Amino acid sequence: MNGFARQRYLLDFTVASLMRRPGRNLSLLLVYTLVVFLLASVMLYSQAIKGKAAALLQGAPEIVVQRMEAGRHALMPAAYLERLGRLRGVAEVQGRLWGYYYDPAVAANYTVMAPARDGAAPGQVRIGAGIARVRGLAAGDVFSLRGYDGQPHAYTVAAVLPATSELVSADLMLIAPADFRAFFGLADDVYTDLALSVTNPAEVRQVARKLAERLPDCRPILREEVLRTYESVFDWREGMLLAVLAGAVFAFLIFAWDKATGLSAEERREIGILRAIGWETGDVLRMKLWEGGLISFTAFCLGYGLAHLHVFHAGAPLFAGVMRGWSVLQPHFALTPQVDALQLTTLFLLSVVPYTVVTLVPVWRAATVDPDSIMR
Amino acid sequence: MNRTLRKSTLAMWILAPALAILVGAVTDALISDAAPGEAEMRAEVAAWGLTDLALFTEARYTRHPSQADRHAAFQDHPGALEHFPSGALMPPPPHLREPTGP
Repeated sequence: MNGFARQRYLLDFTVASLMRRPGRNLSLLLVYTLVVFLLASVMLYSQAIKGKAAALLQGAPEIVVQRMEAGRHALMPAAYLERLGRLRGVAEVQGRLWGYYYDPAVAANYTVMAPARDGAAPGQVRIGAGIARVRGLAAGDVFSLRGYDGQPHAYTVAAVLPATSELVSADLMLIAPADFRAFFGLADDVYTDLALSVTNPAEVRQVARKLAERLPDCRPILREEVLRTYESVFDWREGMLLAVLAGAVFAFLIFAWDKATGLSAEERREIGILRAIGWETGDVLRMKLWEGGLISFTAFCLGYGLAHLHVFHAGAPLFAGVMRGWSVLQPHFALTPQVDALQLTTLFLLSVVPYTVVTLVPVWRAATVDPDSIMR
Repeated sequence: MNRTLRKSTLAMWILAPALAILVGAVTDALISDAAPGEAEMRAEVAAWGLTDLALFTEARYTRHPSQADRHAAFQDHPGALEHFPSGALMPPPPHLREPTGP
């Protein structure tokens, strides 16, 4: 008998053996699939959002310079623009105007910005899709807010920013610089902070160091630090979710360990009979390897596939609560489907291999004992 | 001729769709274009100098974690506990935990 035919007969026997205990094996497959699904969902989600943050924030300012006053972020005098512009290695310095506005009407926070280019014309506002949704606004409507002088400031909605860009713009309000200053009561000679671009990207750290020496009341925030922040935010989040899931995973491990290591009297008798009718120990082990492999590999495939659908095509509803926090403005966004070979291999090794191996130990013990003593 | 379905064939009938689901997920990831709006968002980030994602808008240090100052979480008084659950989900930015810097 060739090897293939032999394995096929073993598989025939394995499936027949599994079908003799359908309820138990189906419930094991179901729980196993669920565990793989949850672990894979967390890993895929975290990986995808980290990738998204890294891809989107590549265009963030190379260095942001904030002025600090008594440990708090303070406004930046316009004179600093010129002082920084003279620093060797600095290609361009721009003052940024941005701040927060709490809208009591909907209990939401907006990020108000007055970009130097592609912003809004005086008297007009461009709003994020999140603001448009909670305030029921559309292009052409008048958006009136109470300014810091206590007076109402009305702006015509020039456009609603595309809903597809909500991940960066859901709560944005873009207005003209003069409107921004009037709305927040800022003098003409201050900015919120400064954005720097450097001539040679390899010199960013040196420029930041020189800058901190030249302006000791300022702190530079590098783009790489911004990117690291998001890497760390989502590593933390992944860790939190995995910690929450750890209980479920351990429950499954106990269940699987019990199922895999505690051979029932019936199973022991079955092994004894097989040995008595001439099966070799290796055949019994191969048969059990097929059994463990079939269940765990099917659960792995189904669990991973379902996790992919859940995260990339269903909007990860299980994590929506974790994402939501207390914010009123929640961005709607889609994650780009992606696969990471290392992640897939790790999940495979963590889910398929341990179960398959753990099934072998008791079987090996039973299969190496004298068949006569097992059957008694 | 024996027309009874062999059990191993039955196993393949179960395993094949499961494997197809896995291969489908991997293929989908490999051939998928970037989610809609990605180019638009990159352009917005570059044009307006955005530094953070609009994921948590409830507080300034959760809306712009990369721009938060050292005292952000204690903004009301020095011993104040965190108000928002997002704080449990996001750590302080790594550069704030480094000993150097102003």
